[in-house]
Amino acid sequence: MTQNAAVRVRGLRKRYGGVAAVDGVDLDIARGEVFGILGPNGAGKSTTVEILQGYRTRDGGEVAVLGEDPAAGGREWQAKVGIVWQDGGAAQELTVAETVRHFARYYPRPRDAEEVIALVGLEEKAGSRTKALSGGQRRRLDVALGVIGGPELLLLDEPTTGFDPVARRQFWELIRSLAEEGTTIILTTHYLEEAEALTDRLAVISAGRVVAEGAADTLAGRARARATVRWTEPDGTRRTEETDTPTRTVAELAARFGGGEVPELRVTRPTLEDVYLRLIGERDGQGVAS
Amino acid sequence: MTAVGSGTPSRTVPVAGERLPGAWRLGLARGAMELKLFFRQREQVVFTFAFPIVFLFLFASIFGDDMENTGSTASQYYVASMIAAGIMSTSFQSLGVSIAIERDEHVLRRLRGTPMPPAAYFLGKIWLVLVTGVLETAALLVFGTTLYDVDLPSDITGWLTFGWLFLLGITSCALLGIAISSVPKSGRSATSVVVLPFLVLQFISGVYILIDTVPNWMLTIGSFFPLKWLCQGLRGVFLPQAAASLEPAGSWEYGRAALVLGAWCVGGLVLCLLTFRWKNRKEG
Repeated sequence: MTQNAAVRVRGLRKRYGGVAAVDGVDLDIARGEVFGILGPNGAGKSTTVEILQGYRTRDGGEVAVLGEDPAAGGREWQAKVGIVWQDGGAAQELTVAETVRHFARYYPRPRDAEEVIALVGLEEKAGSRTKALSGGQRRRLDVALGVIGGPELLLLDEPTTGFDPVARRQFWELIRSLAEEGTTIILTTHYLEEAEALTDRLAVISAGRVVAEGAADTLAGRARARATVRWTEPDGTRRTEETDTPTRTVAELAARFGGGEVPELRVTRPTLEDVYLRLIGERDGQGVAS
Repeated sequence: MTAVGSGTPSRTVPVAGERLPGAWRLGLARGAMELKLFFRQREQVVFTFAFPIVFLFLFASIFGDDMENTGSTASQYYVASMIAAGIMSTSFQSLGVSIAIERDEHVLRRLRGTPMPPAAYFLGKIWLVLVTGVLETAALLVFGTTLYDVDLPSDITGWLTFGWLFLLGITSCALLGIAISSVPKSGRSATSVVVLPFLVLQFISGVYILIDTVPNWMLTIGSFFPLKWLCQGLRGVFLPQAAASLEPAGSWEYGRAALVLGAWCVGGLVLCLLTFRWKNRKEG
């Protein structure tokens, strides 16, 4: 178990001033998994990830990342954990290639700098100074610096914030290719679509606690939830029916329409967004979902 | 949990002899990178190197007269002064400002997340300070010897004195620069937080004002800090022996200079170890 667990967290707690930012989080993440941490702003996502990075100290609980306590992680441990930072920290006056090659020197078994630059799609910008990069390109450089050491585990905190849709899709491809290479990936995001597209499993954090955990398509009973069947009657009236047995409803409709097409027929289950809003709404006691 | 990804990819399998790179080697690599960065920032280069030379030119032109019974001119006095100020500028001011900005812009945080040993970061800064300090001093000496007839030391003892003064001065000021970099709350306020004490020290240590003109109580305060002793020692190196009559003690006091500068090296190191932060204050 411990051999194959990339991350094991029990009862993690962190307070800022008098406020609990993380209030008893448990997580188990297997090696090779792509794991998402979802939650509203201020829910404790970033704090949790920063504790896993070893950047922030914790007030309570047990944390093991690749079998070691991040608070005591030495250089060998740091060489195995790649971090993609959310903002800045790359020298403006160095070129992309110079920066990546320089960071490669810090690691005992770095990946080839040119290969990593190609992996993040910055070949054409290799000779450009960092200050000349666009926001999306700079984020790719951040990813390049996160993976240059050939990490076993990669931690990304809201990696696609501020990306346009095209850049986001390209970024997803990059994450998928890293996952295919066997890298364990943990990312926080507040884009539900992104969590659904990328992660094997995810945890929803709200007010410092994990309120649901599982695969995106089965999260919080999503696959078993009541389905909604929508269609339009011949006289133009739109009809909606919530049911536990959508197949039967559709069969009845088909019979009623004499085997012809049922106009505007749609069968839907709750989206991840529906589930998510219900989860964080419940915690806030605001009843966002109806 | 079952065996997911039980075989780590071949590229991360440790091979015998593959070790974490050492601090010394990484320090050299960082030093090379720091110098590259320094020289790519034109404004910084001009500001760092031109500032003391412009000041030397101004002061030496305004107060260029012979100093009575010293066998030297005020211009020559200012050459020694500006070399001392230049050493402090390339160490104290440059590190104080640049580290505060690097902390604010998360450069330090990014480095902390890599296996780079912290010592490599400081070694890199030392190389930067040493190279820029030597260049700055050389530029001032060329300017001073050609324009103001300053004599370079004629014997090995003079050069050795110059050598230890330079090393102790630049080390103590660099350590103080690293320590003061933790004071500013943001990178933006760094320049004012660092430059103000530096300016005050230059006035009370006899850089801009002749040492026999500075009020005694100011000199007393100044003598608690390295700059006063660095100036005094360098006057000993570059002015004729007779000029020692200008000094309050009537001599160059090399012993005390070494003692104060050495004490600041130790004290500065302790201060750095106690106060250095990789995060800015907001991130606690």
